[in-house]
Amino acid sequence: MVRNVMSFGRNGLSDWVVQRVSAVILGVYFVGLLGFMVLTPDLGYAEWQALFSSTWMRIASLAALLALCAHAWIGMWTVATDYLNNYMIGSKGTVIRFVFQAACVLLIFIYLVWGVQILWGL
Amino acid sequence: MLVSVYRYNPETDSKPSMQDYEIELPEGRDLMVLDVLSLIKKEDPSVAYRRSCREGVCGSDGMNMNGTNGLACITPVSVATKGGNKLVLRPLPGLPVVRDLVVDMSIFYKQFEKVKPFLLNDTPAPAIERLQSPEDRAKLDGLYECILCACCTTNCPSFWWNPDKFIGPAGLLQAYRFLADSRDEATEERLEDLQDPFSVFRCRVIMNCVAVCPKGLNPTKAIGHIRHMLLERGA
Repeated sequence: MVRNVMSFGRNGLSDWVVQRVSAVILGVYFVGLLGFMVLTPDLGYAEWQALFSSTWMRIASLAALLALCAHAWIGMWTVATDYLNNYMIGSKGTVIRFVFQAACVLLIFIYLVWGVQILWGL
Repeated sequence: MLVSVYRYNPETDSKPSMQDYEIELPEGRDLMVLDVLSLIKKEDPSVAYRRSCREGVCGSDGMNMNGTNGLACITPVSVATKGGNKLVLRPLPGLPVVRDLVVDMSIFYKQFEKVKPFLLNDTPAPAIERLQSPEDRAKLDGLYECILCACCTTNCPSFWWNPDKFIGPAGLLQAYRFLADSRDEATEERLEDLQDPFSVFRCRVIMNCVAVCPKGLNPTKAIGHIRHMLLERGA
């Protein structure tokens, strides 16, 4: 078995399931959001504010945000292990990939905290 | 016909190059690409390629013909060139070149070896043979026919990027062949070895393998079955 400590679930099956489930959550969320925008006449600040202050919308938005973070982690890890490895860029591949992935994870974390701040008006 | 052949001898050449040959093809016949290579070999005995059965059974002459992997012995020139007038022959992509069209298949075989491509059964063997119902035997159709020509695996970008970690379509087809075999008793161990992020899950279902398999097999479908088995076991 091949091991990797930087993947999201450290297991191919869980990464695969998380990536697909998070894609469904994101798909439903954004289609719903698009539907709201299309079906609401005179969409303005008040309607937008009312939508996002409801509890169910906060739950959905947080679920979508978490799904996006997990999806991005797995996606960026996959891209990094494809292109930033010793086969592709030589012996420093592992070091470069580690730094790249650490930067990705940090950025994802910053976006998560920032997103929660915005959504919950903290 | 103009035939452009990839030439590389690591002992004497600093880098690979393409060499052009003008070959007179017989009128009214559609030769196989391997026949054209034989004609070139008569003209220039230094051209190296593998061949053996010359009828699509041994899997020796897998190569890249006008950008598509296939067996030279069963690919008509008209198909390889899509009716054009230039044939371009290169080695299978993604593997180290030993010389000209001959590639080093070591890593391909290493991945094949990883899936333990043999029956694992600790039950004492019966006097004659281990029986299988016709239905169970039918599950192996479309799996056992692989000739290990490596056309699929060397057409897979996931294998190009991670040849040491991703088993590749040919190996995974055989992995499923033994997972699906009613006589095999090591399903649990086999699945345990496949659940990491690379061995199976590096497949991105682009189906390049299916597009080129000279035997018309479907490794992507087999990989889907493995994923399904892993999910059933893990969920």
